[in-house]
Amino acid sequence: MKTGSEVLLVDHVSVALSGRSVLRDIHFKLAPGEFCALIGANGSGKTTLLKTILGLVRPEAGAVSVARPAERDGATGIGYVPQRISLDPSLPLRARDVVSLGLDGGRLGLPLTSRAHRARIDQMLSAVGVADFADRRIGDLSGGQQQRVLIAHALVRRPSLLLLDEPLANLDVRSTAEIVVLLRRLATDYHTAVLLSAHDMNPLLSAMDRIVYLANGCAAAGKPEEIVRTEVLSQLYGYHIDVVRVHGRVVVIAAGAPDEIHAAIAKDPVHTAEIP
Amino acid sequence: MFTGFMTNTWVAGTLVAIVAGVVGFFVVIRRAAFAAHVLPLGAFPGAAAASLLGVNELVGLVTFSVLGALGISHLARRERRDVATALWLAVSLALGTLFLSMTRQYPQQVYSLLFGEILGVSEGAMISVAALSITAVVTIGILFRPLLLDSISPELCQAAGGSSRRMELAFLGVVALSTAIVLPVVGALMVFSLMVGPASCARALTDEPRSAVLLSVGLALATVWSAIALSYLSNWPVGFFVGALGALSYAGGRIYRRFAPAPSSPRAAAAI
Amino acid sequence: MTGMHMLLGLIFSPGFFANAPVRTALLVGGGTAVASAVVGIFAVMRGQSFAAHALGDVSSAGGSASYLLGVSPVLGFIGLGVLAAASMEWADVQDARERDLVTGVVLGAGLALTALFLYFDTTSGSASGAVVAILFGSMFTLPLSIALPAGIAGAIAVVTTVTLYRPLLLSSLSAELATAQGIRVRLLGFAHALALALAVSLSAMTVGAILSPALIIGPAATALRLVDRPGLAMALAALLGLSAVWGGILLAYDSYYWTPGHGWPVSFFIVSLVFLGYVGVNVAPRSRAVRTAGHATGHHAGCAQD
Repeated sequence: MKTGSEVLLVDHVSVALSGRSVLRDIHFKLAPGEFCALIGANGSGKTTLLKTILGLVRPEAGAVSVARPAERDGATGIGYVPQRISLDPSLPLRARDVVSLGLDGGRLGLPLTSRAHRARIDQMLSAVGVADFADRRIGDLSGGQQQRVLIAHALVRRPSLLLLDEPLANLDVRSTAEIVVLLRRLATDYHTAVLLSAHDMNPLLSAMDRIVYLANGCAAAGKPEEIVRTEVLSQLYGYHIDVVRVHGRVVVIAAGAPDEIHAAIAKDPVHTAEIP
Repeated sequence: MFTGFMTNTWVAGTLVAIVAGVVGFFVVIRRAAFAAHVLPLGAFPGAAAASLLGVNELVGLVTFSVLGALGISHLARRERRDVATALWLAVSLALGTLFLSMTRQYPQQVYSLLFGEILGVSEGAMISVAALSITAVVTIGILFRPLLLDSISPELCQAAGGSSRRMELAFLGVVALSTAIVLPVVGALMVFSLMVGPASCARALTDEPRSAVLLSVGLALATVWSAIALSYLSNWPVGFFVGALGALSYAGGRIYRRFAPAPSSPRAAAAI
Repeated sequence: MTGMHMLLGLIFSPGFFANAPVRTALLVGGGTAVASAVVGIFAVMRGQSFAAHALGDVSSAGGSASYLLGVSPVLGFIGLGVLAAASMEWADVQDARERDLVTGVVLGAGLALTALFLYFDTTSGSASGAVVAILFGSMFTLPLSIALPAGIAGAIAVVTTVTLYRPLLLSSLSAELATAQGIRVRLLGFAHALALALAVSLSAMTVGAILSPALIIGPAATALRLVDRPGLAMALAALLGLSAVWGGILLAYDSYYWTPGHGWPVSFFIVSLVFLGYVGVNVAPRSRAVRTAGHATGHHAGCAQD
């Protein structure tokens, strides 16, 4: 990657929330069209990092810079899909309206949509594969379909960077695989960098170009084969970790298990579940 | 102030405060403030209808507040609960206006139904008020744990073998009963203040459910007693003092929360 | 021609349109209905039924004070309504549970004031009818001079809501999505609360403080059952509200001839018509699929809103 061509640069960022240090010296960058997974246990600071990139949390040190897209139609170059948004089924909004709000939700006045505007929304709805549900109430769609609509909402302004907070949580195995394939394709087609957080990296193994692994408020970032290794993760966690590959799955195991590790594992149920 | 006809007032006021304090705690943790406001207002036409038909006011109040509980929970099956509640309120108040216009009650009478009357409970009604109070408090006592569980998470309650819908109906029933008790003394518009003010303050002061209930009863007693005394001395409406003291207790609770030593887990504490 | 005339004569009792109080009621009530319905759509979608109700009750404190001070009731109702909306929003509570409580406490405090002012109104003897007039409405006693200030307040409410249409829609869907688009959600909520306060105060003045939420919530909830488009729902709600208010005024006027010498309250008819419309829509089979699907997933969301 050439310097300067990146879409996102997280430059040695440290974040403290109400006096408590949450993130320390996080550094990575993303190029256009790259698919990056932000992996970490619950409470490791994934959401905080995403909010810092969005500009909702001010870093204590360091800086975040996001490249503006060439076609400037909105205030930011970032599309965002929040975590587990609960859509009220009584809201009288169709899938199409939600995507439309992604394009001009901040504008004042009544929406008088032009033909070009509508064509753009139709095209976005087909791109995420919900064209058939475009006129259904958003609250009546399944979790996977809602997730697709929200992705369309975030992407319709053609941002250079798409952030997704735990988009795979609460999805069944099949929907998870479909969403990952979809995001991978969108990243390539639209030349958008995708950064998504997850607590399990396995569904993403085939799709991701890069990984940012968060633990103890620190991050290891790079290509998956460089990062998901026993030495690297052991250093990150601060105690010995085994990275085991079984039938194409990666399992991270805390071995040795002195008391403090037990305590750490207790806070990290996703990984303990993997221990045989 | 403590003699003759005022004795009834003090006894009735005490019963009213105990019921409002106990029920209020669940009103607060179940976020039922709106329902607790609407049921008394919806019971108000009952009083107007009773005077139209010449039957006991308490009968009218109980009938209409129980109807309200059933109406809200029925409407809520197919509509957002707050919308269902608001719609129920509109209907019962429309009836209330009609009854009022038919009975041609004096403004003073309408006023005391809405804002309370320290002489609101007659000697004859005392026995029924006491019986209803005991029913309400005992019902809450029996349902204490399932109600608490259901308030935290309906799913947990269902997993424990309870029915969240039945729990909701039972709870609204208890609120309806207490409404009929509390309304004649503090007025239809102020019942809710007495339920929410002391209970929300108690919730801010302690995290343990049982002591919160006791504290809520204590604060409700203080509110009602001082409201009666102040109203007697100043001749101002009792509803004014109940509303003002209710708002003060809430504010007190919030101020305490802000300056109190932070509890170990603020989120968990806020949930109770 | 004569048959038509007779039919009209049956519906519109003699002198309906010639009657000055009726014309004022039609004008002010109609405007109120439209403003309430437009603002009501967002009040329903944002789960603000309780807030709408509380604002109506609190504004009655202003109404009763205005009797006492001898100032225009428009000023009293709107002044306190806006003040209450501002204090609810100022408390800035994110948690729905806490928001409900704050609403309740503002409501309680406002009602305490109403109680006091009405007490002075009734004991001073000059305005002993104030209790019923303020709480249950008195459309036929509205002076024509109220039309202009009421019209301005209604217009502000409608224009604010229409201007903020898209940001409001987005933040009703999800405050997080709105924030991510650079919308200042708090400011937006504040503007909406002010519009709501204006509409509620107006309807408190016409159908009475404790009946005012019927005009805000009723037509909006009915319209939202019928159509899936918020813009369309707004227009439909305005139409429904207008029909209910005008129909109610007509029936109340006619009722003088049903029970000689004693008319039925106009607020009763308006609210009954609003509710009948809502029940009618629910009985109709049209939205069955939507309803069952909504119920299956909606139970928990419903709880969280209240």
